[in-house]
Amino acid sequence: MSRLREELEADRFAITAEIVPPKGTNVQETITTARSLWKFVLAININENPHAVMRMSSLAVSRLLVEARMEPVFHVTARDKNRLALQSDLLGAAALGIENVLVISGDHQSLGDHKEAKPVYDLDSVQLLRMITTLMSGRDLAGGALDGTPVFFPGAVVNPQGDIPELEIIKMEKKAAAGAQFFQTQAVYELESFAAFMDQIKHLETKVLAGIVPLKSPRMGRFMNEKIPGIRVPDELIERLEKSSRKEEESLAIARELIAGCRDLCHGVHLMTIGWYDKVERMLADII
Amino acid sequence: MIATKQKPFEEILESLEGEKKIFIVGCGDCASLCHTGGEEEVWEMEEKLVVEGKEVVGTVVIDVACHTLKVRSVFNELKEQIKQADGLLILACGAGVQSATQVTDKTVHPGLDSLFLANIRRHGEFMERCSMCGQCILDITRGICPVTRCAKGLINGPCGGAKDGKCEVDSQRDCGWVQIYERLKERGELDRLRRYQAPKDFQRTVKPGSLILELPKKGIAK
Repeated sequence: MSRLREELEADRFAITAEIVPPKGTNVQETITTARSLWKFVLAININENPHAVMRMSSLAVSRLLVEARMEPVFHVTARDKNRLALQSDLLGAAALGIENVLVISGDHQSLGDHKEAKPVYDLDSVQLLRMITTLMSGRDLAGGALDGTPVFFPGAVVNPQGDIPELEIIKMEKKAAAGAQFFQTQAVYELESFAAFMDQIKHLETKVLAGIVPLKSPRMGRFMNEKIPGIRVPDELIERLEKSSRKEEESLAIARELIAGCRDLCHGVHLMTIGWYDKVERMLADII
Repeated sequence: MIATKQKPFEEILESLEGEKKIFIVGCGDCASLCHTGGEEEVWEMEEKLVVEGKEVVGTVVIDVACHTLKVRSVFNELKEQIKQADGLLILACGAGVQSATQVTDKTVHPGLDSLFLANIRRHGEFMERCSMCGQCILDITRGICPVTRCAKGLINGPCGGAKDGKCEVDSQRDCGWVQIYERLKERGELDRLRRYQAPKDFQRTVKPGSLILELPKKGIAK
């Protein structure tokens, strides 16, 4: 059984992080980064063509992690593959010792580096989760019997501070009903509204790992508020960082406070370090 | 109607390379409404081609260029002019171009790019509202199509990429799912959103589509 599943099911606070596969065949740095994170986390998400920028497949890097005795969370994106390719990759993942799977719609290709690409979206994230559940029951999406049934720990994403919370929660309920057993969230910066969100979804039997993105600079905070859907960085945090003479230390202190606050609110945290891989230990200092 | 856009003139010229005598065909229906292949555009195209040294041996605007039988009869009436032409430039959608392909042996050149099935919002403004997916779910969403209005065609709810109600692909474009949500909420029908929508059956839109009605005989004779 996956460690991530084991720990979440045992109600122990889970920590995950994520890395981006290389653009090219040189996997050395990716593996080194994964190793440095591995000391602190239960599983490492391997992004699939994040922001619609073409990179090595999540499946390949996930397997490299398995070979290096680490636990990956394999990303499956609706944008790039139809139901045939999705299912065959999932069967392949199971055969390669990969159990954790994260389902995402995927940023539209017009935001990435292959803008001319044909979008697939044969299935949406809810249908994709249901398809995984179907595979786990020993059947494929067309009803055909599988010779060997895969075991997965399927997860999905949710945005606790989306523009329309009710709409976000309806979709989350559909994902949970379709088989999502854990959720990793968009970056959380306001514990109060996150607590309210957790309260609204307490009827769901699902685990929630709050997204933690270190606020590296006041500029980054303002940029995210303006450009990134569903991220709300409170002005107080931006000001606090602005006033600080030791910005890096202050950023990490903010991350530590958010992580500590999440301990009482949800089931774990998911670290999106955006390059600060080497600072994870300091982010987690209060809880490890 | 079908929304179309005229190809860049350089591209049209390139496709006509080596051909001196050109016959221009427009369409009185969609391409007229789009100002890409009506009387005026056919006339403008004639002028531009003449400036480039081409000889325009004739022009015609067919009522509905996708009506292959009509195109055949118009081409019959004009067969003397068409015979002189090295090639035909068709200012109509891809369906119109292929009506021509079917009824003449002359080289046929498309002058337009076909874009989408369009609603006319007001004069000169065309919006895509239907993708002709073969499985209409407008009943569930109370009349707003997610297959078309969501850039990703998601049918179980939004992707999470919308910001202030606008699509991640274009900050000027409304998120289709926010529109559906608002409509259902207003009507007290949010439960419709909670229903699971199964994956689409793409067998229904295998290319090329064809639809052959079994009409009563007198209907055909007419």
